Amino acid sequence: MAGLSLRSLTVSHFRSHKAACLELDGRPVVIYGANGAGKTNLLEAVSLLSPGRGMRRAASDDIARRPERLGWKVSAVLDRLGQQYEIETRAAPGAARQVRIDGKAATQSALGRLVQVVWLIPAMDRLWIEGAEGRRRFLDRLVLSFEPGHGDAALSYEKSMRERNRMLKDQVRDPHWYNAVEDQMARAGALMIASRARVLERLRLAQQGAQTAFPAAGLCIEAPEEGNDPQGVDELRSAWMEGRSRDLAAGRTLVGPHRIDLAATYEAKGVEARHCSTGEQKALLISLILANGRALAQDRGTPPVLLLDEVAAHLDAERRTALYDEICALGAQAFMTGTEDSLFAALGPRAGRIHVSENGGLSSLG
Amino acid sequence: MSTQVSPDIDALITLMAKLPGLGPRSARRAVLHLISKRTHLMAPLAQSMSEVAATVRECLMCGNIGTGEICDICSDDRRANGEICIVENVSDLWAMERAMVFRGRYHVLGGTLSALDDIGPEQLRIPKLLDRITTESITEVILALNATIDGQTTAHYIADEVGERCMISSLAQGVPIGGELDYLDDGTITAALNARKRI
Repeated sequence: MAGLSLRSLTVSHFRSHKAACLELDGRPVVIYGANGAGKTNLLEAVSLLSPGRGMRRAASDDIARRPERLGWKVSAVLDRLGQQYEIETRAAPGAARQVRIDGKAATQSALGRLVQVVWLIPAMDRLWIEGAEGRRRFLDRLVLSFEPGHGDAALSYEKSMRERNRMLKDQVRDPHWYNAVEDQMARAGALMIASRARVLERLRLAQQGAQTAFPAAGLCIEAPEEGNDPQGVDELRSAWMEGRSRDLAAGRTLVGPHRIDLAATYEAKGVEARHCSTGEQKALLISLILANGRALAQDRGTPPVLLLDEVAAHLDAERRTALYDEICALGAQAFMTGTEDSLFAALGPRAGRIHVSENGGLSSLG
Repeated sequence: MSTQVSPDIDALITLMAKLPGLGPRSARRAVLHLISKRTHLMAPLAQSMSEVAATVRECLMCGNIGTGEICDICSDDRRANGEICIVENVSDLWAMERAMVFRGRYHVLGGTLSALDDIGPEQLRIPKLLDRITTESITEVILALNATIDGQTTAHYIADEVGERCMISSLAQGVPIGGELDYLDDGTITAALNARKRI
């Protein structure tokens, strides 16, 4: 039985779902149905029970069901280590999303402390070969599951950096103003860098000696320019101060934690992830997500909720079975989608099943 | 609004609804209350508002609001003790005054630095502050700015600009009086722990 699981999930006016209610028992959940039925929408609803913009990074107004556009709501009963919480997130038209925990207004950080959600979606199949932004986001999602405060640091950093970039664009020359903004950036940036390093080390340990069918991924953080990778508060401050004229010419901040890349290697073969086959790249991602789950289960007593969209794609039958076995052994509540129930046959009674169908743009559960 | 309400009253409700904390419903209730107390509340209120609207102005020295060129605090020689407290806006100044512990003078910035909102040092009366530090023989600048990113960026900027001209301090951050640790967020607890003091 999962230490962290949703016991019910209710969505209202959420994309193709006008109203849907899932009663859950802590087991993994298979959501199957034809393309466009609304399976992924349910996963997205769960992803919004954690801090951030959810797994599609959609604007709040885009989530609301059309044509009504009345806003949307997702609520759930969460069981965390035997204690139940009522969590809810909603957004009125044109308004930011709100969070409530046990009926009281709460911050997204508070939600992050209560529930950790990690996802793997088809858009991430090309994670290792596309731009660094997606890999940074993936890393930060893993870090957030260990250290909820990482979200606050990232937000502070982002806000101060936008200020600095605007100043650079406007060709502001006031050194005191730069000092002030760079100081805020350095404090938040150093926290981000330290959190990322701690979590990478934790993932390395979690992969070491693990009984898994998935290949271990060697991870490291790379700076865009070799030899220019400031880490601590003072180093960051100095780097930005010294780089002002170059940044002024570029109109943006060229160095800092917003520019790093996450590099991965298929350790057993010594091959960089971007040079691996599509199936191997997906296996590396799954390996990291399972390592994240093992480490969280060890450190916090419970693995995260996993959202695995179209997870069977690119995996052969043997690897699929291995994945299901590992999810069950981990005790994680995984929400998995696929077009056919048969893709999940190896799970047998270890998972609940929900069929989703669509008619005239309206999803329904069967 | 409604066809049963006269246009004048309707206009009053619309204006009231623009006040902070009031919406259309509470504005209607407030107007009905005023009308029911026309002699004792509504007329004096209207007269008072009219007088203040005609005379209110920003203090030329500190940016506080008053009815003269120089506000009462800046006019009071007893408050020229060498200390100047920097606040973001007038409501912060009033909050400090309610506590009745600070006996120096103030400087109201009128906002915080924000490149994204086109608010730079010139828009914040910071040149005037630097001028006052010299002309008023200021010995200590107390930064009483909000503990937000913009507030702290502005505090850092002022500290950088003031430099060695005088002592600079800022309000402490930590456990509020009467507060319970259980209700504090992680950031406040961290700040409080870092600023712990020997007893």
